[in-house]
Amino acid sequence: MRHLIDITDFTVGEIEKVLDLADRMIADPSAYRDSLRGRILATLFFEPSTRTRLSFESAMLSLGGSVLGFSSADSSSTAKGESLMDTIRTVSCYSDIIAMRHPKEGAPMAGSLKSFVPIINAGDGGHNHPTQTLTDLMTIRREKGRLNHMTVGMCGDLKFGRTVHSLIGAMSRYEGVNFVLISPPELKVPSYITEELRRKGIPFREVETMEEVMPELDVLYMTRVQKERFFNEADYIRLKDTYILDPEKLRTAKSDMSILHPLPRVNEISTKVDDDPRAVYFTQVRNGRFVRMALIKTLLEWEENA
Amino acid sequence: MNIDSIYSGIVLDHIKAGRGMDVYRYLKLDELDCPVAYIRNVRSGAIGRKDIIKIDAAIDLDLDVLGYIDPGITVNIIKDGVVIEKKKLSLPEKLVNVIHCKNPRCITTVESALDQHFILKDRERGVYRCMFCDAERKSKALR
Repeated sequence: MRHLIDITDFTVGEIEKVLDLADRMIADPSAYRDSLRGRILATLFFEPSTRTRLSFESAMLSLGGSVLGFSSADSSSTAKGESLMDTIRTVSCYSDIIAMRHPKEGAPMAGSLKSFVPIINAGDGGHNHPTQTLTDLMTIRREKGRLNHMTVGMCGDLKFGRTVHSLIGAMSRYEGVNFVLISPPELKVPSYITEELRRKGIPFREVETMEEVMPELDVLYMTRVQKERFFNEADYIRLKDTYILDPEKLRTAKSDMSILHPLPRVNEISTKVDDDPRAVYFTQVRNGRFVRMALIKTLLEWEENA
Repeated sequence: MNIDSIYSGIVLDHIKAGRGMDVYRYLKLDELDCPVAYIRNVRSGAIGRKDIIKIDAAIDLDLDVLGYIDPGITVNIIKDGVVIEKKKLSLPEKLVNVIHCKNPRCITTVESALDQHFILKDRERGVYRCMFCDAERKSKALR
């Protein structure tokens, strides 16, 4: 059975197929309106999320399917002490596919070992967030017309930023991609990721200011410093305002650079940037719904044909 | 110092000096009823100093554990007083319930029923990665 736990679970060709389907769905949503009628998506959110959960639910409803689930661990049997594995086994008897978010890293992988239906990782702690990555890839491909031969800047919390980890994993499979990792020393990308880049001979640089690299970037991926990932609030307060993108900093950027952000933002992108044609983070949100539609449909088709 | 040769059993030779106790612990040799000899700091032409463990019984050994602790160990199987087999070890591709993930954010820290799976990611550097959270552990042998 196929799941999406880590973006590299899908080959580059499989990702392209999902993105192609998402493009077709954007072009003609009504053609897919009833394509999953009678199918059920379970959204198991052991950690609060608005955007991702609603995006999954909207995706399934747009395909004519139904949705059930919970939006916090307090309202699940976890509060009674049930193990994750038992919860997954139970819910997979009630649904055709599961999207789950969990604060512990590796929880969706653990769930996939016991599930009777495909599992989609909707975010596991600071580890991975592959459907955000599909959204990011789709947005970059639609904006730039390609996913290869470009310089991608990642800025902010690169240590706990799971969207960053997944996107690096995905983009590093395309030829000619060069990463610029912009973060304070305390929030650098985990060593297992930089070592993997080194091992594969993929060029990357780690810097501490965005100004010094702005003119080189084709894509700037901004992230929020996530309060919920810190054990110590003092560290969060010290680091939260390290990077704020504003029109002044964008002065030296390429005219066709794309600014992405997985959202929600706090204040790392000034609202004055929102009307800049290079800001595509709200387009990204729209793409997220369509790419999740394409993913759910693809996984269910694979399951039927297995 | 005199330690009797064993008649039927296992001799773990060429253990890197100082690692013998790790081998003893990981293989849970303290739980065996048979005689077990742990000899430290023996002179060795090949590696300078070595530890040796002699187990006076034909037990099932977890070679993955041994390979993880020290892939340089030679396992000699003794029967009727003669060495009938010498096994060479290497770092295993996968470790199940040999080491534990130390990442406090890993799902294995709260789901007690989960086995601890580690996958070998870099043989040269002896780096293993938790199958669930990707946290790294280095082979004891290569630290």
